[in-house]
Amino acid sequence: MTMPAALPTRHDEEWRYADLGALAPVWPIATETIVVVAGDTAARTLVIDGAGVHDIAITLGAGARMTFHVLNAARGYGRVAIRVTLARGAHFHLGAAQLAGGDQTVEIVTEVVHAEPDATSRQVVRQVLAGKATGNYLGRVVVNRGAIGSDGEQSIRAMLLDRGATANARPELEIYADDVKCAHGCAIGELDKDGLFYLASRGLPPAAAKALMLQAFLAEAFAGADDEEALTTVALSALETLL
Amino acid sequence: MLEITNLSATVANKPILKGLSLTINAGEIHAIMGPNGAGKSTLGYTLGGRPGYDVTGGSVMFDGQDLLALAPHERAAAGLFLGFQYPVEIPGVSMVQFLRESLNAQRKARGQEPLSGGAFLKLAREQATLLKLDADMLKRPVNVGFSGGEKKRAEMVQMGILDPKLAILDETDSGLDIDALKVCGEGINAIMRRPDKAVLLITHYQRLLDYVKPDFVHVLAGGRIVRSGGADLALELEEKGYEAVAA
Repeated sequence: MTMPAALPTRHDEEWRYADLGALAPVWPIATETIVVVAGDTAARTLVIDGAGVHDIAITLGAGARMTFHVLNAARGYGRVAIRVTLARGAHFHLGAAQLAGGDQTVEIVTEVVHAEPDATSRQVVRQVLAGKATGNYLGRVVVNRGAIGSDGEQSIRAMLLDRGATANARPELEIYADDVKCAHGCAIGELDKDGLFYLASRGLPPAAAKALMLQAFLAEAFAGADDEEALTTVALSALETLL
Repeated sequence: MLEITNLSATVANKPILKGLSLTINAGEIHAIMGPNGAGKSTLGYTLGGRPGYDVTGGSVMFDGQDLLALAPHERAAAGLFLGFQYPVEIPGVSMVQFLRESLNAQRKARGQEPLSGGAFLKLAREQATLLKLDADMLKRPVNVGFSGGEKKRAEMVQMGILDPKLAILDETDSGLDIDALKVCGEGINAIMRRPDKAVLLITHYQRLLDYVKPDFVHVLAGGRIVRSGGADLALELEEKGYEAVAA
C-alpha cells in the first residue's frame, strides 16, 4: 500500500470505494509518520468531525506498543489510512468507530505488517451507517516470511440503520510464515427488532432505544482508551444526528 | 380501565384474534387461560403494539384513550406494562441504565421531572429486595446470563420500578420453580393489587393463581373468549381440561 502520485481511480484497490470527487480538491495527501522506538509505548486518538483525509505510517520497534483510537464522524468524506510495521514482539491496537448518514462516504484502510516474529495486532472497527451512507473497512494483515509467533486479529462489525446504507468490509490476511495465529470476524446487520420492541415496551421512544443499543456497540471500539468517556460522548452526539 | 371490543388481529396475514371482547376495571385481576395456539400471547403483543401484529378490527380503550393509536412507548407512558414470556437479552446495556432511561422517558412524557440517580437507585434496590433478586444483578446487561427464574423476577422488578396502571403478564409463571413462583406471585400482589390498578394474567396453569387470586377467569380459544367465570373456573379447567370446558 503506497501512495500513488496521481489521483487514484477505482482500479486502485485501496481506493475502490472512496469518494474520489471529494478527494480531488485535497489531493495529494501528506503522509504523517509515527515512530515508536524499541520498548516504548505510545497512544494516539484521531477524531474527524469535519471532513478529513488522513494517511499515517507507523513503525513500531522491538517490543514497542501502540494503541490508536479513531472516531470517524466526518460530515463529508472522512478517510483514515494507516500502515503499520511491527518489529519483533511489538503490539498494535486499533479501535475505530465510524458514523455516517446522508450520502457520505467514510472509510478506514489499514495494512499491518508483522515483519518479525512474535508481534501482535488487534483491530476493532464498529460502523453505524444511516441514510444512503457508505462505510468501508479495508484491512490487510501481512505476516512476513519468518515472522513466526505472529498473532493478528480483526473484528469488524457494521450496523445499517436504513435500507439505503452500505457497508463494505474486506478483511484480508497474507501469511508467509508458519506457526502464526490470525483471525478475522466480520458482520453486517441491523438492530435487533425484538430488542427494540422490548425497550419500547418499557417507555423508550424509538431514537432513545436505538441510541441505547448502539451505545454499547460503539463502546466496543473505545474499550481501554485513555479518553474512553470523552470519545463515547462525542460518538453519541454524532449518533443523535443519525437517528 | 381497559375495554377491548370485538378485537381482531392477524400475524403474518393469519387471523389469530377473531372478535375478542373484554372489560377490565380498576382494582380487578383477570386471568386468561387457554390451550396452545389460542391467541393468548398474540393478545398481549397486540395490546403492547408489537410490530407485525396487525389489528384488523375492533377497538381498545385504555383509561379513556384509543390504545391502538399509540406507539408502543406511548402505551408504556400511558401506564401499560407488558411482562414478556421470553424477556429479551440486550448485550452491553446495563439493567440500571435501561430502567432509569425508561422510567425517565415515561416521566417526561407525562410532564414529570426526571428521577435523580440516587432516588432511582434507592427505588431499584427496594424493588429488587421485594422480588428477592440480588440488587447487583441490576448492574449486569439486560437479561444476559440470567436464569429463566431470574429473568421473570427481573420482569417483576421492572414492573415495580415503572409502577404501571395495568400489567399484562404473559406466562410469568413459565420457567419458574416453586419458590420463585411464590416470590413472583407475592410480588404481583404487592405491586399491583390496588384499587387504582389492574392486572391481566395470561397463563396455562392454575398454579400462579394460587398466589395471585383472580377476580375473573376467561377461557380463550380460537381467538375469542368462549367462557368467563370466577376463580373457580380455573380449578374446573385444571380438573376437566380445556376441551371439555371450552366446548
